[in-house]
Amino acid sequence: MTSDHAVDIDRHVRVYISVFVALMVLTVITVAISRLHLSVPLAVTVALVVAIVKGSLVACYFMHLISEKKLIYAVLAVTAAFFVVLLALPVVTHSNGYWIPE
Amino acid sequence: MSHPTTVDPHGPHVGHEAHHEELGFWRKYVFSVDHKVIGIQYGISGLLFLFFGFCLMMLMRWQLAYPGAPLPIIGALFGEARMPGGSMLPEFYNELGAMHGTIMVFMGVVPLAVGGFGNFVLPLQIGAPDMAFPRLNMLSYWAFFLGGVTMLASFFVPGGAAQSGWTSYSPLAIIAGSGQTWWLVGMIFLITSSLLGAINFITTTIQLRAKGLMFMRFPFFVWTQFVTAFLLLLAFPPLEAAGVMQLMDRVAGTSFFLPSGLVVSGQPLQVAGSGNALLWQHLFWFLAHPEVYVLILPAMGIVAEIIANNTRKPLWGYKPMVYSLVFLGFMSFIVWAHHMFMTGMGTAMATFFQTTTMIISIPSVVILTALILSLWGGSIRFNTPMLFALGFLPMFGIGGLTGLPLGLNVSDIPLHDTYYVIAHFHYVVAPGTIFALFAGVYYWFPKATGRMMNETLGKIHFWGSMICMNIVFMPMFIVGMAGVSRRLFDGGATYDFAQPILHWNAVSSWGAWIMALFQLPFIYNFFSSMWNGEKVGDNPWEATTIEWAAPSPPPHGNFSTEPVAHRGPYDYSLPGAKKDFVPQCEA
Amino acid sequence: MEIPYTVEARRDTGLNNGKIGIWLFLASEVMLFGALFASYILIRTGSSSWPRGDTILSVPLATFNTLVLISSSVTMVMAWASLMRRKLGTFRMYIGGTVLLGLVFLIVKYFEYSDKFHHGHFPSTDNFYAIYFTLTGLHMLHVAGGMAVNAYFWGPGAKQYYTNPEWFTNRVENSGLFWHFVDLVWIFLFPTLYLL
Repeated sequence: MTSDHAVDIDRHVRVYISVFVALMVLTVITVAISRLHLSVPLAVTVALVVAIVKGSLVACYFMHLISEKKLIYAVLAVTAAFFVVLLALPVVTHSNGYWIPE
Repeated sequence: MSHPTTVDPHGPHVGHEAHHEELGFWRKYVFSVDHKVIGIQYGISGLLFLFFGFCLMMLMRWQLAYPGAPLPIIGALFGEARMPGGSMLPEFYNELGAMHGTIMVFMGVVPLAVGGFGNFVLPLQIGAPDMAFPRLNMLSYWAFFLGGVTMLASFFVPGGAAQSGWTSYSPLAIIAGSGQTWWLVGMIFLITSSLLGAINFITTTIQLRAKGLMFMRFPFFVWTQFVTAFLLLLAFPPLEAAGVMQLMDRVAGTSFFLPSGLVVSGQPLQVAGSGNALLWQHLFWFLAHPEVYVLILPAMGIVAEIIANNTRKPLWGYKPMVYSLVFLGFMSFIVWAHHMFMTGMGTAMATFFQTTTMIISIPSVVILTALILSLWGGSIRFNTPMLFALGFLPMFGIGGLTGLPLGLNVSDIPLHDTYYVIAHFHYVVAPGTIFALFAGVYYWFPKATGRMMNETLGKIHFWGSMICMNIVFMPMFIVGMAGVSRRLFDGGATYDFAQPILHWNAVSSWGAWIMALFQLPFIYNFFSSMWNGEKVGDNPWEATTIEWAAPSPPPHGNFSTEPVAHRGPYDYSLPGAKKDFVPQCEA
Repeated sequence: MEIPYTVEARRDTGLNNGKIGIWLFLASEVMLFGALFASYILIRTGSSSWPRGDTILSVPLATFNTLVLISSSVTMVMAWASLMRRKLGTFRMYIGGTVLLGLVFLIVKYFEYSDKFHHGHFPSTDNFYAIYFTLTGLHMLHVAGGMAVNAYFWGPGAKQYYTNPEWFTNRVENSGLFWHFVDLVWIFLFPTLYLL
């Protein structure tokens, strides 16, 4: 193991600790916001934004997605495309089917 | 397959994987991690399930041709609970129908096309020593095996096997008998098996391809398997989720797919309700439309290989074919609701899905057209694999073109759930995909065994099957357009409007039974050729792709020297070359 | 016979087989949980009334569990980092910690579940409970699966460190990717079920 490598890992570890703290804080924040009893659309938006930030932190740093190979990005891009289609499923089901609201 | 490998320089870390010693019977033929053995296991299991599914269908055809008439001799075997006095009960007919579909799709065609040919041929064609994860590969086969056993066992539970169709629509499937639970558990095994397989195929294709084998040098078959694996990987999990939810509905009393206010046999159903029955259909078809392409793409791959080889020409339009294939894969995820035009979806949604459906027919036509144009100007060798491959083209064409009226909302409404639909998709899958699979068996048999299958028997098999297939399915278009529903256990005998076309039911049935006779030469040929077939060299078809550079049968580890790809996959009849084919790994 | 690129990366992709395999597996998991989330949205928007999670479920317990899972993700990356530094002892401490935190998560979940059963709330009660039990149950199966793999690397699997430390490190990294994914799913499950 070269010392370069070891320094690299030390830097990694410092990042992990900061991400850990951020995740803890964000968890507390999202619980605190839910106490405010915001209107449903707003509450959903806020909770989703916080969850996406937390999820991205985990994916980018713990799962090293921030510095991954192109191939992995390609696989995930394809997955993301189909994931979006999947989430459109409720829209498809509930759509009344008219372009213009009656 | 019986050669012990001689490669030995292994690090200490692989010491526990004793591939290198002569393995015992169980490790070599049963719990093998060799992709070729697993491929053959998948292949033979798939063929057996196809045969079994065919037998179920032949029973159904009796009931459809002669509704209520006692089935001579065989009818007595099924007991009073299923065929009292030899006449089929509606419940038994429904069992046969549901299980015929499930077995043919999930346990016959997919395991043979992907598990069998994919496992056996793909690593050889890309010059790999094995799959990337050999033990995962074995696990995948045994998950499939367990799923198959579960499905078969469900025939023997009280109330019999699943009766709600291969689509297992809710709420019908939730109030059905216990066979449906077995069906769901079996499906979860089969899905797991496909997922593990898909991971393995993609990783193997990307990582283990030979030196110099860039993606645009892949044989078309490799491309089809690669795209198919992505479809399996991303489309199957939603069905797994749906399966889990339906299992919860059946076992834990939840109401995911049960709306409020359901009344069953005059009694209000005692459940919480407020679920959504259409949710099941959406999740099911989110898988099942890509699944249609899982059924057809490997078949196109096999046909492409055989056509290039037997016309002694490069494929016409290799690149457009590849682009069409990838485009097809993407599009297959946004057409699913064309199976659901009858569910009362709004016009905007129907318009969207019929538009995407029309668009997806374009790449299919591009591939089919390219395959037909590939024949132009070739001096064609009409051997058995080529006959089956050629048979595929018009049959798939009929299946595909008759699908267009079903993809358009307006014409789908009268045709939906009639025999027209049955005829349409059977033309795609039976004389389409299954012919391609037969072609593949005849084509790669010498690679797996070192022996040829008998040509005369093969030609009898082909012409008999080709004629009978059309006798079976062509009348169904007529029956369907007359308006007979595919779900009737008497084939429409109780309806006045169906009387003028009822005789076509018997024609279909006789076609099916005679076709069964024409499978006997294949079965005999398959087994006798293993031991008595003509011995041939490594490359009997004078093919270019890399699998023919391996010994026949290939030993564990496949190649004696590491293959390197120097050229594209189909260098046939190169001007100025000494032979009319230049192997891909020849410098 | 040896399979190439089990340990070392292939030049043109820059990856070893295991890394691609685990990411493909995670892609399929994304679609699995995606389908469940889509079903949740559909059923919730389609029903006439839907309770707020915090009126029914215990937010403090779930918050605690969230913190536990996040901590276990950190111990997991630390375990991997220790292997990168070739420190087996530290690795064992961290991976053991990861397994224990997973266990704490399951124990808390056990109390949550038994409290619900005790008060006569089952998956069949209504669709809120149906979704709650199905989603958290499936997630718990994933937690248990991840714990089993990590426990293996803590125990008998660690022997591989002495023969092929690099391969062992890769395998722990892949197991970690799965574990973080399970954490990630919980990060979305928590507000969805408990807070909204």
